[in-house]
Amino acid sequence: MQQIFNFLIRNKNNILFLFLLALSVFFTIQTHSFHKSSFISSANSLTGGIYSWANDFDKYMHLDEYNERLMEENKQLRNVLTNLKDTIPIENYTDTSSFEGTYYFRTARVINNNYSKPNNFLTLNQGKESGIKADFGVITSKGVIGIVDRVNKRFSRVISILNSESKINAQLSKTNHFGSLIWNGENPNIVQLIDVPRQAPVKKGDTIITGGKSLIFPEGIPIGQIENFELDQSQSYYTIDVKLFNDMTNIGYVYVIENLDKENIQELEREDEQ
Amino acid sequence: MNNNIVKNSIRFLGLVLIQVLILSNINFLGYINPYLYILFILLYPFNSNRSLFLILSFLLGFSIDLFEDSGGAHAAACLVLAFVRPNLLRFSFGISYDHQNLRLSTTPFGARVSYIFISILIHHFILFFLEMFSLSHIIIVLKKTLFAGLFSVILIMLSLAVFSKKYR
Repeated sequence: MQQIFNFLIRNKNNILFLFLLALSVFFTIQTHSFHKSSFISSANSLTGGIYSWANDFDKYMHLDEYNERLMEENKQLRNVLTNLKDTIPIENYTDTSSFEGTYYFRTARVINNNYSKPNNFLTLNQGKESGIKADFGVITSKGVIGIVDRVNKRFSRVISILNSESKINAQLSKTNHFGSLIWNGENPNIVQLIDVPRQAPVKKGDTIITGGKSLIFPEGIPIGQIENFELDQSQSYYTIDVKLFNDMTNIGYVYVIENLDKENIQELEREDEQ
Repeated sequence: MNNNIVKNSIRFLGLVLIQVLILSNINFLGYINPYLYILFILLYPFNSNRSLFLILSFLLGFSIDLFEDSGGAHAAACLVLAFVRPNLLRFSFGISYDHQNLRLSTTPFGARVSYIFISILIHHFILFFLEMFSLSHIIIVLKKTLFAGLFSVILIMLSLAVFSKKYR
């Protein structure tokens, strides 16, 4: 017994080192496995608080640009609205957006954004208190940003589309051929659309939009333009380079989308399985 | 002694804030960021309690991880660097380290550069490797280690020159 204690005391630094190393490798592995919830994220009150404090300065520097974006978006929405009035009686139209289904939009500000790592996350300044939950979609007026992954009382963390774990359903705007959107970690303005069948009429400059297969995003939100494409090794699927409409390095304000029908749909699917 | 605790605590907090608020947003050429915060590990008193040093280094990396959502990559890299630091010191400074009368600002320039450079290479390699977490991207890991490493060396040498007491 004495010898065991002596051994432990003599090697206490090595044991401490191995223990802490195992702990940090464990944390690392956890962030690399998508579906396990990791306890450490930037959506906690300490880091979130510091980030939002620092972001307040940054916000003033970009006010002009945000205003311009809002004007642009207002212009587009007004155009859509005037056309709507012509075609359908507006009183019967309860949906607040032009998308199918029922979605609820919230606004939030990006207080931390990274895009230079293989797995990138954003932090938003809104959390549970404003009704945000995990798996809500995040977009700007120009296109898709990512999916909410962890929420705390006042902040939330978003898995950016620039993350090797993110897989968003997307399709060509002209036809209904769809695939999955991934990122190879190289250029923050270019993402890859894979598994698009060979039959699809792919052309450079075509627009890619979100697909209707997901419960997170409404169908038809723009993502980007086809920059380049090639057939994969099996010669049956396209791998398409998509240039994002969003400048992922400069985001500012975002919309968080809640799908109000999601629970109903999931319930229905669960019944089917049983 | 007391003075040392205050100095190192301020250095800890200051370096973490500078790192996460400024340096991690540089993204030079798209992906190159300097990591100045390991200055804490490089400068920590050489003859201090080893266990405390390991724990502090772990906490330093862990606080950067919290801000950058990188899991435990920074914590692991800092921990390994802290663990191998005595060997690096002995390698770079030789006999004067064994006599425990070493001050970084009085060491020869070449030895100081080699100490800083090797430390940074070890730290950055582990960091980027754990960030990628796959052997198939080893080329990108090495590329990032080299470029970010050079950036960090320059920044650390500069801040040492600015803040060292020798020149005042």
